[in-house]
Amino acid sequence: MAETPDTAPDTPRDTTGAAGTSATAGADPGESPVPTVVVDRVDVVYRVNGVSGGRGTATAALSRILRPGRAAKAAGVRTVHAVRGVSFTAYKGEAIGLIGTNGSGKSTLLKAVAGLLPVENGRIYTHGQPSLLGVNAALMNDLTGERNIHLGGLAMGMSREEVRERYEEIVDFSGINEKGDFITLPMRTYSSGMAARLRFSIAAAKDHDVLLIDEALATGDRSFQKRSEARIRELRKHAGTVFLVSHNNKSIRDTCDRVLWLERGQLRMDGPTEEVLEEYEAFTGGSSGTGGKKPSAKKPSGKKAASAKPKIPLPS
Amino acid sequence: MSQVLDATPQPAPRTAPPTAQPAEDAAALAARYGLTVSGARPSLSAYVRQLWARRHFIAAFATAKLTAQYSQAKLGQLWQVMTPLLNAAVYYFIFGVLMNTKHGVPDYVPFLVTGVFVFTFTQSSVMTGTRAISGSLGLVRALHFPRAALPISYCLQQLQQLLFSMCALVVILLVFGVPPTLSWVLVIPVLLLQFTFNTGLALIMARMGSKTPDIAQLMPFVLRTWMYVSGVMWSIDHVLSRTNLPDAVRVVLEANPAAIYIDLMRFALIDSFHASQLPDHVWAWALGWALLAGVGGFIYFWQAEEQYGRG
Repeated sequence: MAETPDTAPDTPRDTTGAAGTSATAGADPGESPVPTVVVDRVDVVYRVNGVSGGRGTATAALSRILRPGRAAKAAGVRTVHAVRGVSFTAYKGEAIGLIGTNGSGKSTLLKAVAGLLPVENGRIYTHGQPSLLGVNAALMNDLTGERNIHLGGLAMGMSREEVRERYEEIVDFSGINEKGDFITLPMRTYSSGMAARLRFSIAAAKDHDVLLIDEALATGDRSFQKRSEARIRELRKHAGTVFLVSHNNKSIRDTCDRVLWLERGQLRMDGPTEEVLEEYEAFTGGSSGTGGKKPSAKKPSGKKAASAKPKIPLPS
Repeated sequence: MSQVLDATPQPAPRTAPPTAQPAEDAAALAARYGLTVSGARPSLSAYVRQLWARRHFIAAFATAKLTAQYSQAKLGQLWQVMTPLLNAAVYYFIFGVLMNTKHGVPDYVPFLVTGVFVFTFTQSSVMTGTRAISGSLGLVRALHFPRAALPISYCLQQLQQLLFSMCALVVILLVFGVPPTLSWVLVIPVLLLQFTFNTGLALIMARMGSKTPDIAQLMPFVLRTWMYVSGVMWSIDHVLSRTNLPDAVRVVLEANPAAIYIDLMRFALIDSFHASQLPDHVWAWALGWALLAGVGGFIYFWQAEEQYGRG
C-alpha cells in the first residue's frame, strides 16, 4: 500500500484540507498524518412521527398500530434531512471547530460520529470509541457529585485505582468545591453551570482518542473556560482529536486550527480557522468576537429549507 | 491555501466519478489505520470482554442506586428493611386474616413471607429492567459502555435489596419458631439461579422497553397476574392434590419458574415444607430456566446493542 502522505486516497478537497491543516497543527512533524475519523459522504435523516396527523387522539394512535403502513402516511411521518453528503478526514492531534447557524446539523453530525445516531448513507470510521460531551448529557442526578465522578470514570473504562488517583484532579478542575463542599451533595442541587462543569471534568479526565464537545464550554465561567481550553490542548498533545461545536468564534480561534462550516446540512467550507471564520463572519453579518447570531439571512426552519441554494457567492 | 475553500456542497452531483472513487478509498484508508465503523456492534465475545472490564462499574452503580433510593426519606436506609416487612404484613392481613387462606398450610406466615420476598425479587428486577435503558438515556447518550451493564446492574441492586429482606425474613422465621437447619445453605444456589433468571428476563425487557416504552405501563398487570398463579399466597401442591385439574394446567403451574424458585426457597428455609411438596426434577427446572433466560436474554439484548439510546 502507498505509505506516502500525498497519495492518501481521499477526495481532492480533503487531501488539500488535510495537508494544509496538518501543517498548521504540527502534531507529527515529518510523519504522515494518521487519520482518526473518516467521514465518507454521510447523510443523516430524522424521521418525525405524526407531525400533521392527529397524534394526540387515541383513535389515531390505534390506527397507527393496526395499519402501520397506511397510518404512517396518514399521520404524516416527515423526514428531516439534517446532514447531507458530508465528507472529511480528521487526523491525530487536530482540534477541529464546527461552525454554522442554528439548525445547520453540527450537533447531529457529532452524534453520528459518536455512533449515537444511525447514518442513512455513507460510513463513519473512527479510531477507538469517540466520546460525545453535550450540554444535556445528564449523569445521575440523585447521586452526589462524588459518586458521579466514580461512576462516570468506571463507565468510561477507568480502573478503580485510576479513578481514585484522578479524583482530586477532577474536583479541582471542575471548581465545584470553590464555593463550599458541594461535591458531597446530590447533583440535582447543582446549578446548570456547575453540573456542566462537572460533566466536562469527568469526561476530560480520560485521554480520549476522539473527543467531541458540543457547546459544553459555553456554560462555564471565564476561568473554567480557560482551564478547559488548556485541557483540550493537552488532550491534543496526547495525540487525540478534538471536535468543538461552538457559537463563540473566539473560543474556536483559541482552540482550533481547522474549521468545518456546515450550512443546511452541507459542508460549506473546510480549512484553517482564520480563513473559514473570516468567510463565516462575513456570512453571519460581520460581527467578530461572539458570532453565531444571524440577523439578516434568517431562514424559517433550517432543516426544512435545506434544498435551497446558498445565497452568497461560493468561494472557489 | 485557498484551494481548501472549494469544499462546497455544489460539486457532489456534478462530479460523479470522483465521488465514486473515494468510497472504497475511504474504506481502504480506514482499514489501513485500523479505524472501525462508528457505533457498530461488537462481536459477542468482545462484548462479554467489555462487560467484564466494566464489572466494577456494574457493582458501584448498583450500590449507588440502592443507597440513593431512600436518600430523600427521613428514615433513610431503615426503609430497606421496613418496605419488605410492611409488604409481608399487608399480605398476611389480606390472605391470612381476612380470607383465611392459611388453612392446611403449616407455618403460614413464614410460607407467605418467603413467597412474597422471592417473588418481589423477580418482579422488581423485571420492572427496573424494563426502564433500565429508557430511564437512563442521559447516561447512555453521554458515555460509552456496554449497555447490558445497566440491566445487570439494576438486577444486582434488587439482589442487594433482597439480602436486606432476607435479614428480615430470618427474624420472622425465628419469631415464628422455625428452627435453623443445615438446609438454609441451599439459599445460596437458589439465589444464584434466580438472579441469573431475573437478569436474563430484565435484559429481554430492557430491549423491548427501549423500543416500546408502553410496555412499562403494561408490566404491572402482567406481573400481578404472574404473582397470583405462582403460589405466593397459596400452596400449589395443596391445590393440585385436592382438585382434579387437567394435566396441561398442572404442568404449567409446576413449571412456572417463579413458583419453582419460591418453592425451593421454602424448602430450604422452612422445615415443615417437605421435599415431597416440590415438583419432580425441580433443580433441573431451576437450572434450565436460569440458563435459558440468562443466555437467551443476553444474546437477545446484545443483538440490538448499537440501537440503544438513539433517535
